[in-house]
Amino acid sequence: MSTLLEVSGVSVSFDGFKAINNLSFQIGKAELRAIIGPNGAGKTTFMDIVTGKTRPDEGRVIWGDKSVSLLKMNEAQIARAGVGRKFQRPTVFEDQSVFDNLLLALKKDRGPLAVLLYRRTAGDREKVEQLADEIGLADHLSRKSGELSHGQKQWLEIGMLLAQEPRLLLVDEPAAGMTLAEREHTTALLVEAAKTRAVVVVEHDMEFVRRLNCKVTVLHEGSVLAEGSLDHVTKNQDVIDVYLGR
Amino acid sequence: MQRSFLFRTPSTLIFLGALALFTIAVTLLSDAFGAGVISTSFVKTLGKTLCLCLIAVAMDLVWGYCGILSLGHFAFFGLGGYMIGMWLMYERTKDIVTASMAQADIPPTPQEVIDAIGTQIFGVVGSSEFPLVWAFADSLFLQLALVVLVPGVLALVFGWLAFRSRVTGVYLSILTQAMTLALALYLFQNDSGLRGNNGLSGLQNLPGAGDIPQSVMSIWFLWASALALGLGYLLAAWVVSGKLGSVIRGIRDDEARVRFLGYSVEGYKLFIFVLTAVIAGIAGALYYPQAGIVNPAEIAPIASIYLAVWVAIGGRGRLYGAVIGAGFVSLISTWFTGGQAPDLPLGFYTIKWVDWWQVVLGLSFVMVTLFAPKGIGGVFDLITGQRAPERHGADLGPDKGSLQEQEALK
Repeated sequence: MSTLLEVSGVSVSFDGFKAINNLSFQIGKAELRAIIGPNGAGKTTFMDIVTGKTRPDEGRVIWGDKSVSLLKMNEAQIARAGVGRKFQRPTVFEDQSVFDNLLLALKKDRGPLAVLLYRRTAGDREKVEQLADEIGLADHLSRKSGELSHGQKQWLEIGMLLAQEPRLLLVDEPAAGMTLAEREHTTALLVEAAKTRAVVVVEHDMEFVRRLNCKVTVLHEGSVLAEGSLDHVTKNQDVIDVYLGR
Repeated sequence: MQRSFLFRTPSTLIFLGALALFTIAVTLLSDAFGAGVISTSFVKTLGKTLCLCLIAVAMDLVWGYCGILSLGHFAFFGLGGYMIGMWLMYERTKDIVTASMAQADIPPTPQEVIDAIGTQIFGVVGSSEFPLVWAFADSLFLQLALVVLVPGVLALVFGWLAFRSRVTGVYLSILTQAMTLALALYLFQNDSGLRGNNGLSGLQNLPGAGDIPQSVMSIWFLWASALALGLGYLLAAWVVSGKLGSVIRGIRDDEARVRFLGYSVEGYKLFIFVLTAVIAGIAGALYYPQAGIVNPAEIAPIASIYLAVWVAIGGRGRLYGAVIGAGFVSLISTWFTGGQAPDLPLGFYTIKWVDWWQVVLGLSFVMVTLFAPKGIGGVFDLITGQRAPERHGADLGPDKGSLQEQEALK
């Protein structure tokens, strides 16, 4: 399988504290991957580096078939290149309808002039309705997204990510604060998404990770501690010592 | 296909209708064309108010929709006034100078005429040379172009520097205050080339229109201001109605999220900042010929703060709210500070509104912010029955928007 994203030898420190220490990571074009690790292991910082929010002190982040470096691009350019990110707490535009939220995320020209002159076509409408169907919000399209429940907001945000048609999806704790039924729906969404693109899920909840049934990367103190199937890493003595044993 | 934005936002049509009615009514009641109920000076006040409403629309666009609390938009307003004022003053002085020189035995050379104009205009600051900034003052077309270009370019340079460094929130507001203060201080200097603290005066006299009485002229300007407000409102309503409106409201609510969707937030902010600066410049170019004088005090920081107060009281995030706020508050300010409001004797102390109006305005700003964040515009929500849902009990979810305990039980 060819590589979509390759992170190699990346380090970053904040005020002397090494948040990421010589981290290397790669993921293929259609792969589901879970990242686990205790608090402060550098999971969110890792996502910040890939999406351009944080600049690493050293290392390389190589992207796509043309092997371009993501380090020279800003957040918006990286997003346009095909990296979608979901934050830990749901961030949707609460003042706007579900429909407008999805329309905003739909893959289109992002330049101000093109956006100003944009006219919605029947095809765009169909796409948005189809997405809403997928995330189970088809009946809520005209509601303000601020009125949605917590779980629905999480799905809306996942829907917005899918609307962007990214090649890599970074998802930060998607199941936090969800009921069991909502978790199952979320799992199904992510597994489905990973059939056509790379999906990286950061998660604390082992049950949720087990349900994803995918390769797992364990982070600890800013570098990779172990990698493999969930059963493989949970048997690893280092992992048990720093994470599972507690 | 989408329906035209006019039908999706009925408030725009209602507003334009109301504006047209207002303008016609004032014309019919004015000295020049009808009943003579409204004095010429009050027609001018109303015309000026329409210009203030236009800059309030710009302020609402940049603050209410895009979330940039600019406290410097009156700098663009003043610059627009200065640009048109230069042409008005030059041409008018030229008319006067030519008329007085025509009585001389020897016809003056063009250079003599220009020298005489320079002496007339710059005599008050002890100079007679035309500074470089007056290079195009004899061309109406070029000065009109500068009305748009000077505020636009200043906003572009300032905005590019500020947004690129990701200055946001209160720090950006402070920067915009600094910009308008610096500009005002610069213009206060006699050698700035724009007559220092005297400013440009006599702007109410249009060159070549000496025969037209001010009563008629005031109606002309009222119509021009109403037209500009109507067009500006239409443009702003169109901009915010579509996807761009969706993007800028997104920037206001969660800038980082918009960035991670792939939109270059800085580009959008710059676009809105420059657009609103240009609208402000045009509003200023219509305001100052009605006021008759433009001087650096007009662009002091406090003017831009008033602008924010108007928009807040009117209701930001809706364009008609900004217009209502600017119209209502500036007219009522004129009434109170003009000495027309009767004093309020309390026995031990007499409240003179000229002194106390600022306090009342400040208090009402605080009250609106605390108790009616939607401002006067919120009244229209009550009429159309759009109320926020009644929420009881504790939050169920992690955010404010989530369902609340007793709501979920219903």
